[in-house]
Amino acid sequence: MKENLINYTLHLADNALIMGQRLSEWCGHGPILEQDIALSNIALDYVGQARNFYQYAAELKGGDATEDSLAYFRNDRDYKNNLIVELPNGDWAQTVLKEFLFSAYQYYLYQQLKESKDERIAAVAEKSLKEVTYHLRWSSEWVIRLGDGTEESKIRVEKAIDEVWMFTGELFEATEYEKDVIDLALIKDKWNERVAAVFNEATLTLPQTKTWHQTGGKTGVHTEHLGFILAEMQVLPRTYHDATW
Amino acid sequence: MILQENITAKKIWAILETVCDPEVPVLTIIDLGIVREVKVNGEAVEIVITPTYSGCPAMDVISMNIRLALLQEGITNISIKQILSPAWTTDWMTEEGKQKLKAYGIAPPQYKQVVCEPELFGKEESIQCPLCNSYNTRLVSQFGSTACKALYQCNDCKEPFDYFKCH
Repeated sequence: MKENLINYTLHLADNALIMGQRLSEWCGHGPILEQDIALSNIALDYVGQARNFYQYAAELKGGDATEDSLAYFRNDRDYKNNLIVELPNGDWAQTVLKEFLFSAYQYYLYQQLKESKDERIAAVAEKSLKEVTYHLRWSSEWVIRLGDGTEESKIRVEKAIDEVWMFTGELFEATEYEKDVIDLALIKDKWNERVAAVFNEATLTLPQTKTWHQTGGKTGVHTEHLGFILAEMQVLPRTYHDATW
Repeated sequence: MILQENITAKKIWAILETVCDPEVPVLTIIDLGIVREVKVNGEAVEIVITPTYSGCPAMDVISMNIRLALLQEGITNISIKQILSPAWTTDWMTEEGKQKLKAYGIAPPQYKQVVCEPELFGKEESIQCPLCNSYNTRLVSQFGSTACKALYQCNDCKEPFDYFKCH
């Protein structure tokens, strides 16, 4: 049982950390200053959420585990994040679409988790939900702006849907460590509803939801992209073990 | 310098009044409402604080500054605990804090709690310009120079300004 709780907490932490690390690549490269700042803010929220979950996971594991050892000294096969968060940012359309699909998922996930019997997870979820609400609103507005925008922006966001959609199914596929703590079917219903509403407003066509999807991230089987993220993120503490900030 | 045997919660609160937020230096941590509890047990002092946002980088600096302020007063047995629930809200900001923010050029959070809703292009809050007091302002971005602020511009005096957003 405890093993499941540790794995679940790590899954929540890994999702937030990899999402944050990926989005932070936009820092200094945003199309305009305000949106550059928006993405950096969102990335920072994710890293903060990741820290809160890692600290809890480290306490559960005990021994020498710390938030830093969990983030910096685990290999890709130990990471339990969803594949969608490790995908490359692509262009602006792909970044905002990915952010929208993921934050809509997190919005309903944290709503459920804040009622969790586990007090620590409930507390982090309660705190994070306020932040995710901003992420969802920001990304929804951008999906609409692009979908119902110019011919070019519509093509871009449609292409992004083609690339990212097959990674959404995994969000709702319960692993061993999730099945007793979260009702993913309920989240899936609400997520479908929200995505359909925003796509409708954005004049975008909703893809078939029952299509084949990519899976494996939550049990450590990742795309090749995760290795590169970890290499960049972990190189310093792995090279200089005693490095401090 | 406070003698160890004379430590009271009241004195600790008074010391905490001197610790400022590193990002918005006109606000003390009491103004911000992030100090949730002070427990004194003999010589041991425990301070319970809560972050404004999960990723707020100021929290570590604030913890260190609390420690330094207490050490300066001769209090050495200090523990600082961070809690997440109940989650911080701008409702906990003091009236004095709101006035200090405005004087500093940052629009304070609304009195009536208007929290971000996921509804799209929803009604924007009418925020008063801290410089010319006009309500004829517009939202530039929900995300500003720090996690706790949004960026606005005044349509009358044209000045851009930060708004300490409701949370």
